[in-house]
Amino acid sequence: MTTDKVLMKGNEAFAEAAIRGGARLYFGYPITPQSEVPEYMSRELPKHGGTFIQAESELGAINMAYGAGAAGGSVFISSSSPGIALMQEGMSFLCSAEVPLLALNVSRGGPGIGGIQPGQADYYQVTRGGGNGDYRIPVFAPSSIQEAVDLLYEGTELAQTWRNPIMVLADGMIGQMMEPVRLPDFKPVYAPHEIAAHRDWACTGFNDRGGDENRRVVKSLRMQPEKLEEHVEKLFVKYARAEKELVRYESENLKGAEVVFVAFGTTARICREACEILAADGIKAGLIRPISLWPFPNKAFDEIDYGTTKAVISAELSMGQMITDVQLALNGRLPVALAHRTGGMVPTSPEVAARAKAVLEGLK
Amino acid sequence: MRRVIVIAGHYGSGKTELAVSLAMRLSAQQDLEYPRLAVVDLDIANPYFRSRERMQLLREHGVSMYADVFQSTGTTAELPALTAALRAPLEDEGCRTIIDLGGNDAGARVLRQFRKYFEGDAHELWAVVNFRRYETLTVEKAREHVEAIAAELQLPVNGLVNNTHLLRETTPDILREGQALAEQLSADMDIPLLYTCYPAGIIRPEDIPDLPRLMPLGLYMRPAYLDK
Repeated sequence: MTTDKVLMKGNEAFAEAAIRGGARLYFGYPITPQSEVPEYMSRELPKHGGTFIQAESELGAINMAYGAGAAGGSVFISSSSPGIALMQEGMSFLCSAEVPLLALNVSRGGPGIGGIQPGQADYYQVTRGGGNGDYRIPVFAPSSIQEAVDLLYEGTELAQTWRNPIMVLADGMIGQMMEPVRLPDFKPVYAPHEIAAHRDWACTGFNDRGGDENRRVVKSLRMQPEKLEEHVEKLFVKYARAEKELVRYESENLKGAEVVFVAFGTTARICREACEILAADGIKAGLIRPISLWPFPNKAFDEIDYGTTKAVISAELSMGQMITDVQLALNGRLPVALAHRTGGMVPTSPEVAARAKAVLEGLK
Repeated sequence: MRRVIVIAGHYGSGKTELAVSLAMRLSAQQDLEYPRLAVVDLDIANPYFRSRERMQLLREHGVSMYADVFQSTGTTAELPALTAALRAPLEDEGCRTIIDLGGNDAGARVLRQFRKYFEGDAHELWAVVNFRRYETLTVEKAREHVEAIAAELQLPVNGLVNNTHLLRETTPDILREGQALAEQLSADMDIPLLYTCYPAGIIRPEDIPDLPRLMPLGLYMRPAYLDK
């Protein structure tokens, strides 16, 4: 552990954390507000024996990730909203073929090419997936640079353990801001000749293993429907386990709260300040901060003080996407309202506090 | 202090906070020699946290602001499309001008197209250093950055500004550690150490009476919710 804290810009810290966590292959294409990640990787990854390739597009990058991951490489990719949209087909292929990948989305305002200021309107894209077929991707949304560092550091190992893409969703503000961080130590990595033994599914070439019967196949094409159904059901056994084991969240001040915010990423920090504003006006407000967006932390909603809480507010940098999961988690137990800005606009804490007051007033 | 102050430095060393804080401070003082005051934002590398985002505040304090051609439209593009109007404060001998460059040698490069304004002695080039930034933790690393910027601009660095801090986690000891490294950098490079900055509101000057030539920096660029 590097003992002293250092000051880092989010994107620099994300890249450094991925390297320290064991990622040694990066494929990408620059896009604001995350271009510092490929810039950093192009400079630093070769110093650690890794390889950086600037792909011709995000489609090229995700398919390089598919190939290198299938060969047992520890791959990290990053992009921002429209770039992640281009990668969705590849994400579906990787899930089907159970190829590990650590992916980072530093999200901005949309739809379309949108703008370059922070956004959270990728919630549906990352939790529901834009690719085809039955698949799931665990998604983690840090609200500080340190939390992002810890998640990305853990991410390569997590992706290998689950043999699935793992995504970190950090909005543009977290990518561009600066914060003191403590960097973890470098994890040991496998040398190329060690990969075959440790990743017993990876296509590392079977000459050394001898014979066709020992070949390894990574694929997503399954032309017999019985086999495809069997494969998808096997994937969903894994996803069901992920729904139990990968749930992460924080809750604050739920006991006795009159109103509870649900927010992730930058918006959670705004809500924390809004809670202080409301407290000064005699209104007790709590916060549920989902860290895993899929699996969504449904059980956090059982901690709400149903004797005192009158409403739940989903605070988002979108027209309201996570609110669907909030409603599903509450299952009709409380009214749900939205506090939001979109298009790259970020609400102020007084704006969010005023919205909470208006919601409470409207219930009277 | 000469008429035109050019602020350069490593990415995230605090150039923009220094430019805005300095402009706010100078705007409160009467200056008979330079009655007008301008900030020129030449950062075309960063998409967020640029001094042009504080244009309204600066204008309210009588400071003119020059940046890209989009500045009147609110467009946030990080395109290298500077307004020709920014030559006005460079040519106006009655205008104190603070130039806020983008980070590193790459971010500083944009100044070269204005080199004819930097042939005389109306300007001084400052290099800002934060010894708590991951890529400038040592004197050697900081020196590499300062030298790269000077080489890119083909201008001598006239002074160093020590801006070692850790945002809300800054302590007097962190400032003292930074001061020692900055003094060593200053001696090694034979460039005077002009100021040592401290984050006002986090550190009080009476906490660091032993540090010379202090300059308070406000957190003008940073929304308060980021420290919740």
